[in-house]
Amino acid sequence: MKFTLKILKDFPAYLWSGWGAIASILLFIALWDMGNQIYGNLVLPSPLETFTTLVAMLADENVIAEIKTTLYRASVGFGISLVVGTSFGLLAGFFATASMMSRPIVTILVGMPPIAWIVLAMIWFGMGDETVIFTVIVASFPIIFVGALQGTRTLDGDLKEMSDSFKLPWHMKFFDVYFPHIFSYVFPAWVSGLGMAWKIVVMAELLATSDGIGASLAVARSQLDTPTALALVVIMIGSLMFVEYIILEPIKREVELWRS
Amino acid sequence: MEKLEVKSLNHHFGFTEILRDINFTLNKGQVLSVVGPSGGGKTTLLHLCAGLLDVEEGSATNTFASSSFAFQDARLLPWKNVIDNIALGLLAAGEKKSVAIEKSKKIALEFGLEESDFEKFPKDLSGGMRQRVSFARALVVKPSLLFLDEPFSALDIGLKKELQSILIDMISKKEISILFITHDLMEAIRLSDEILLLKADPGHIVKKFSYDLAQNKRDDEYVYAQSAKILQDREIITTFELELK
Repeated sequence: MKFTLKILKDFPAYLWSGWGAIASILLFIALWDMGNQIYGNLVLPSPLETFTTLVAMLADENVIAEIKTTLYRASVGFGISLVVGTSFGLLAGFFATASMMSRPIVTILVGMPPIAWIVLAMIWFGMGDETVIFTVIVASFPIIFVGALQGTRTLDGDLKEMSDSFKLPWHMKFFDVYFPHIFSYVFPAWVSGLGMAWKIVVMAELLATSDGIGASLAVARSQLDTPTALALVVIMIGSLMFVEYIILEPIKREVELWRS
Repeated sequence: MEKLEVKSLNHHFGFTEILRDINFTLNKGQVLSVVGPSGGGKTTLLHLCAGLLDVEEGSATNTFASSSFAFQDARLLPWKNVIDNIALGLLAAGEKKSVAIEKSKKIALEFGLEESDFEKFPKDLSGGMRQRVSFARALVVKPSLLFLDEPFSALDIGLKKELQSILIDMISKKEISILFITHDLMEAIRLSDEILLLKADPGHIVKKFSYDLAQNKRDDEYVYAQSAKILQDREIITTFELELK
C-alpha cells in the first residue's frame, strides 16, 4: 500500500522527465515525413495520413474487435508463460540438477526461430486461437523461465548465513532476504517476455489466422493499403510503449531504488 | 551460568580435515580470541559454535540466552535502508515494529551515524559506515554472546579503535561475552581475557595465553609490550611462519 502510494507520488516527476523521450519521438516523426516527401505516398504515407487513418480505425467497431482478439490471445499466452515460467524457473533454481538439466532445453527453446514454431503449431492445432497462443507461450516462456532461474541461482550465500545467524523466521527470510533479490531478476524478465509476446502474437496471426491485428496487417498488405498497415504498426508500438513506460517503468524504478 | 563449551570437536569438509580435537570453555563476561593464520579453520570453528554449521564430531554446547554475529564484511540487505537493516535482528526476535525502529535509531546515533543516513541504502554508504551499521545490528539485540569474525580487518585505525572502545566499555560492565576470531595479534591482546592459538592443517589448538588486566585499563603501551612479547613466542613464530627463510 505504502509502496503504491510512493509510485503514484513520484509519477508526475517521472512523466516530467519524459520530455527528452518525446523530443526524440518527434524527431523520428519528422524524419518519417521527410521519407514520405522523398518516396511518395504509396511507399511511405505521411505521418499525418497515417494518424488520420488511425483515428478513423479506432472509431470503427470492427477494428476494435480485431484489437480485442489480439489482446486476448497475447494475454492468455503471456499469462500462462508468466505463471508457468516463473514457478518452474524458481523451482529449477532451487535444485542444482534441475537447473543444470534445464539449461540445454532452454537454449533449444530460445534458439528455435518463432517462425518454425508457427509452422509446427499450424500442423498441430490448425488455424486458430490455439496456434497463436501456443506460439506466444513458447516464445516468451524461456525468457521468463531463465529470469526466475537466475534469480534463485544467484541468491547470496553470505546473506543467507547472516539471516541464519539472526535466526530469522521463515516468513522474514522469504520476504526480506529472498523475495527482493528474486524479484529484481523476475520482473525485468516479465517485461521482456511481454514485449516478446506482443511481437510474436502479430506474427503468428498474420500467418495462421483470419482475425486479429496480424490478419488485418495481411489484408492491408494484399490491398497495398500502406496507411492502414502503418496505422496498425502504430497501434502495436503505441500500446507497447504505453505499457512499458507508463505502467512498468515507474514500478521498476521504485523496486530497484536500492540498486547501484 | 551461561557458557559456551566446546569438547573434542572435529570437523571435515569431504575428506579434508579442517579441525582436530578442539576444546575450550567461554564463560559469561569473558572474551576469548582464536588467532591463527588465514585458512586455518578459524571461521569454520566460529560457524560451528554459532550453529551456522552442524557439528559432526564432538560437541559445542551454547547455553547463552542470546547471541548475534558480526561478519568480516557488513552483509547488509541491499534493499533495506540503514534503520531497517539494524532492526532486522530485533524483528526476528519478535520485537514490535515501532519499538524496533525506535531502538535502532537510538543505537545508530550511538554508533556515529547521522539522522540523514537513516533512509540511505547500503550502496550509498562507505565501507566504514556499513560496518558501523553491521555492528549496530549485532549489538541492538543486546546479545549475551557476540561472535566476531574479523570485523575490524577492513577498517581504518580510527574506526577500528572507536568500535573496539564501544566493545571494551560493554566488556568492563560485564554486559557481554565475546568469541573473537582474528589474525591480528594486537587486536586480540587489546580485547581478550584469553587467546587460543590455532595452527593450520588441520586446525588444532597449540597454545593458550591469558591476560588478567581489565580491558579498560589496557593502554597502548601495555598492548605494544604484550604484542612484542607474544611475537617472541616459539609457537607463534612457527604457526604464523614468521621465520625468515
